[in-house]
Formats: sequence, C-alpha cells, structure tokens
Amino acid sequence: MSAQTYDAIVVGSGISGGWAAKELTERGLRVLLLERGRNVEHIKDYPNALKGPWEIPHRGRVPIALREKHPVLRRDYVLNEVNYDWWAHEDQHPYIEIKPFDWFRGYHVGGRSLTWGRQSYRWSDIDFEANAREGIAVDWPIRYKDIAPWYDHVERFAGISGSLERLEQLPDGEFLPPMPLNVAEQHVADGIRKAFNDQRRMIPGRVANLSRPHNGRSGCQYRNKCSAGCPWGAYFSTQSATLPAAMATGRLTLRPHSIVTRLLYDRDRKRATGVEVLDAETRQTVEFAARVVFLCASALNSTWILMNSATDVWPDGLGSSSGELGHNVMDHHFRVGATGRIEGFDDRIVFGRRPTGFYIPRFRNVHGDRREYLRGFGYQGSASRLGWAREVAELGVGEPLKEELREPGPWTIGMTGFGEILPYHENRIRLDRTVTDAWGLPVLAMDCEIRENEQKMRQDMMNDAAEMLEAAGCRDVQTTNTGYNFGRGIHEMGTARMGRDPKTSVLNAFNQVWDAPNVFVTDGACMTSASCVNPSLTYMALTARAAAYAVEELRRGNL
Amino acid sequence: MDLTRRDALVHLATLLGATVVGPRLAAAPIGSMQAHGFSAEEIALLDEIGDTIIPDTDVPGARAVGIGEFLAMMIADCYEPAEQQRLRAGIADIAARYKQRYGGSFVGGPSADRTALLNELDREQREHHAALPPDGDPHYFRILKELTILGYFSSEIGATQALRYLEVPGRYEPDVPYTRGDRAWFN
Repeated sequence: MSAQTYDAIVVGSGISGGWAAKELTERGLRVLLLERGRNVEHIKDYPNALKGPWEIPHRGRVPIALREKHPVLRRDYVLNEVNYDWWAHEDQHPYIEIKPFDWFRGYHVGGRSLTWGRQSYRWSDIDFEANAREGIAVDWPIRYKDIAPWYDHVERFAGISGSLERLEQLPDGEFLPPMPLNVAEQHVADGIRKAFNDQRRMIPGRVANLSRPHNGRSGCQYRNKCSAGCPWGAYFSTQSATLPAAMATGRLTLRPHSIVTRLLYDRDRKRATGVEVLDAETRQTVEFAARVVFLCASALNSTWILMNSATDVWPDGLGSSSGELGHNVMDHHFRVGATGRIEGFDDRIVFGRRPTGFYIPRFRNVHGDRREYLRGFGYQGSASRLGWAREVAELGVGEPLKEELREPGPWTIGMTGFGEILPYHENRIRLDRTVTDAWGLPVLAMDCEIRENEQKMRQDMMNDAAEMLEAAGCRDVQTTNTGYNFGRGIHEMGTARMGRDPKTSVLNAFNQVWDAPNVFVTDGACMTSASCVNPSLTYMALTARAAAYAVEELRRGNL
Repeated sequence: MDLTRRDALVHLATLLGATVVGPRLAAAPIGSMQAHGFSAEEIALLDEIGDTIIPDTDVPGARAVGIGEFLAMMIADCYEPAEQQRLRAGIADIAARYKQRYGGSFVGGPSADRTALLNELDREQREHHAALPPDGDPHYFRILKELTILGYFSSEIGATQALRYLEVPGRYEPDVPYTRGDRAWFN
C-alpha cells in the first residue's frame, strides 16, 4: 500500500482532538490530525471578533431567510450572524430525529472549542461511584484518584479561573484567580449561604478564561465576545492553546477537509491499521496508516466512525460486540430555573464584561439529602442591571424614554439548572443508510428522551431556584421552564462507554476499544454516566491520560 | 483602534452632511430610492417616527443613526409577509391619523404633536398587550418602538454617545459606585 504512514492519527480537532494531538506529539509521536471541515486560523479567521454591535447587520435578530434555511439551528442561539459559519449546517449535514434531538455541531478546525461555554468543573467520586452504588448501567472503570493528576495536568496548561471551595462534590483544582461574583451576586450568595447553613453555595463560575496572563497567552480583556473567537487567545481553544503546542513540536500534520469514513481493521491482529478518508473537497478517497488512532470526532460522530468500521467482522461495527455501541446517549437537561430582582444596589455597577457568571454546585442527593430521584443538578446564572432593552411603559416615547434608557435599570438575577441524565440503554443512535449527507455518507438517527427521573428532578430544579432567590431576599421571584429537547445542552455523551467488561462496554479503563486496543475514544462518547457538571474538562483529562498510556504501551510493544 | 476611528469618521461625516442616510441607502442609486422595498417617502416617515421615539437631545437622536432605513431593513428581513403588511399598514395609519388630527404631514410636523400622537399609540399598544392572548398578534407600534430602541442603542452613536461602550475594557471590577445620571455601559 502507498498509504502515508504516521505514528498516530487523531480524528477531530476540537477540545479532545486538540489535546490528543498535543500530548502525543509532545511525547515524541508523529501525528496526523484529521478534521472533516475547513481550517480556521487563530486570529486571522475571527472576522467578527473586533466588530462593534452596529457592525452586526440585524443586531442579534435572525432574518427570516436564515431561519427558513436552518430548521435545526434556529431552535437556539447557535443561529446568529456573529459565528454563523461555526455551526454545522443541517442542509449539508442532515440527521434523523426519531424523537426530537437538537444536534449543534462544529465542523471546522477547532470544532466547538471555539464556541464552547468554557465552564470547567471536576467530577468527584460521588459521580464516578454513582452507577455502581445505585445499580445503574455499569460501573465506571476509574475513580477520582485515577483522573485527579490529569485534571491537574490539563488545568495547568489550559488555565482555569476559579475559587477554592473545599466541596466534596466539586473538587478544587489548579486554578488561576477567580473571576469574582459581582456586588449583587455576592449579596445573594451570602443570603443563600446563611439561609441554607452552607449546604448550598453560590460560587464564581470556573471558566477556561485567563484571569491573568498564562503560558504565553494574554489575560482576559473582559469583552465577553468569546464566541466570535478571541484575538488575545484568552480563552482555551484548540487554536489558542493545544494546536500551537502540538505544532511547536514539529511532529504535527494538520489535514482539514478530511472526513474519516472508517477505521481500517486487521481482523487477525485485532488492530486498526489506519483510517480511510474522504477528501471533502476533491471527493477522493485516501488512506492513512498509523500504529494508534484516537477518535475525538465528538461523541456521536466518533461512534458513527466505529459503526461504519470492521462491518465485515461485526455488521454493527467495531465495538458493537458488547451490544452497547450507540446506546446510553446522555446530555444535560436544563432551561428550568428562576429569576428575580435584587434591591439595595442601585448605587452600584460593574466595570467590564465578565465572560462567566456564578455556579451553584449540586446539593441534592449528597450529604444525607434524599430525593425521589437519583443524582442531581447544579445551577449557572448571573446578576446584572437591566439595559436599554428593558420595558419602561410609563414613559411613552420621546426625551423622557431616551434619558431613562441611557441609565442602567434595576438589578436582576437569573439561573438555570443543569441536571444529570441517566444512561438509559434505550436512548440510542443508529446508522441510517437510507438517508445520506452531501457526501453520500449515511447519517445518524436519534432515538432519545428524558424519562421519569429527569422529569422529577426538573421540579426541584425549578422550585429550589425560586426558594434560594427568595431566601436571599430577591423580589418578584418567578420560576422559568422553557422546555428541553435532547441534545440542547450540547453536552452529548455516551454511545461508546467505558467499563470493566467487554461484554457490557465498548472501551476499557484507558479508553481503548476492547476489540481494537490501538483505537482510543476519548471524547464524550466514552462517558459511562453524565454527572451534572459541564463535561469538557473531563474529556481533556481523559484524553491526556489515554495519550500518555498509549505512548507507554507503544514503547512496551503492546499496541 | 483603527476600526473604531474609521467608523467614527464615517459617522462624523454623516453628522456634518446635510442628508443623513445609512451606508446601505447611500450606496443605492439616488433617484430610485427603493430600500428594502420601501419608498423614499416611507423611509422619511420611518425616520420621523424613529426620531419622535428617540429625539435629538444633547446627543443625536434616531434619525442620525439612519433609523428609517434600519427599520425598513428589519421589517423586510425579519418579519413574515403578513406581519410586514400589518406593520406597513400601521405606518401608513400613523401618517393618516396625524393628518386627520393636525391637518398636515407627520414628517416635518411640530415635535409636540408627533410626540402626542405616538404617546397615544403607545398607550394603545400597552392596553393591547395587557389583554393579548398567547397566540395574539403584537401591536404594530410595539414592534416599531422596540426596533427603534434596538437600532438606536446598538448603533455607534447610541452605544458610544447615548451610552458608554468600550471594545476592550481590559479589566473587570465587580463593584463600582454608580451615581444617578451616569450613562449605562453598552454590554
């Protein structure tokens, strides 16, 4: 074969793939990083990063023509005129919704590392032990002690701003100084702490934005325009952090426009030998060979690749021997919480636009609390003074209205819960070969829903939020519930879970496919349960851990 | 920053010029005067409506930010045909009501008369919305008012003169004294 050969191939250049490329190259491997979409160069390809609000044509509204073109993206903020090109367009990349499923993807170099919310939280043993303790799904093959040094490792490099809190359910990390609560949030935080005897706590959001210069990257400029790309590189992305590190080794080859269609599999050696790539521009098929492959194509797409691989051995694909490939889809359910008004701070304001808010760590079903559902939820939110878009009905039109709107309005606060979804075998994706995308490739069909446990939890997510705001003295407290479609959290997890037994899991404790140990899956696909905290930091840590292990195993001659 | 300075110059030129038009209208051939399907007369009426909602004070009002053309663009681009028709009928109704009551043209009419009429419409829209069923149509004047406020405060004049705006704040202070009368920050 004339296939080009590398030590390792990494599929996908988002948060996980960027980390795999960095760790593998820094440990001496020659790496090919494949990305299905186009290149996005740091700074140069952030066309809207420095635009004033007046330079965005419809000022945050979405034109009808755009809405009609995007029946999926229009469901949420992802359809907008600021980073329109950073969300995969459903006309080229269709999928099937057997049940409603919002799938918001980033098909370009950097993936969703450019657009992510940057909230970064560690899991605890409360999360890792939950499945085993409750008899749900299968046990995680790792515990907090296995991943803790890797959280340290990725936090030191990425730069996470956060406060030390000594909470069992939300371990502290190697933090840069926190981006603090504002004066009104601090007031509410004090009220909650007192009213709930410190069993509930409002803390600064832990965020992958630099509160001071770090590892050669600039500190945050407090513009809060992260989702347009940061010319200062002040939030963690592939472009700002892992890609330059991998490039600096001289051992990385980045190949955009490279859709991986399947792993090449040697059934006798039980090893992948490389990947088959469909060039998205030329539509030519190319093969690349490597000793290890890291699948970091985003949870559901890494599983898509597995499902389309080694089908001569297993009709349902590599990893399907467990019967679990494509099953146990998870996300975080949210969009339920409360809002209120905060009095007493009309003579206070903030300076700068902080790119994060507050976080309220899980307090349900921990520390002796027992509810009628399993697991729990955390809250994210913020307080701010209302701006010019507020309604001031009594002032009509003219100068009084104009002068009123030139001043800040009352302080308001809002929060939404992010709840854990259990790993249900019935929640699954499968390959549908009757529908194809713009490249003639089969698409995924989504068959997932939240169930009784999540619905019960949502009641608490709504009522607890209102209860806390009222206890802290907020006025006009109102509950909110704007509904949830599976996937809306953009935290897709599961479908190739880690486990202790090849009969019930797809991956082992080091993210190796049981049926092909030189294939590692380290993105959201590997998750055995979902926790209620944002997952990306955990993907980073699992990826770095697996990469170090892969290099050791290569040296030992085991792969 | 160069970008900001360039735009400031563009707007300064706009302010000094006799005809105040948005950049898109300025690029259209003079004489045809069709912007987003609106005639020059309609744009002038929209400018006057916008400038009555947000008038000139110590900082320029809505006309100075090209609100007429902005409203035309937003109506044409962001509303379904049926809603566009309701909005255009509403705009025509403002001129008709004004003429009936004050006997002249809304455009160029005394500010007190224009303001009185739009305040009346504002009361109408509030009453309409107080009793609006969930699937009811919003009042056209509420949409015009909201779009005017959006177009004005997110414009360069609105953000940087009516309000305060910094492209690069550079730091975050979570607790700063505020005195009534200080301008809000554009976020």
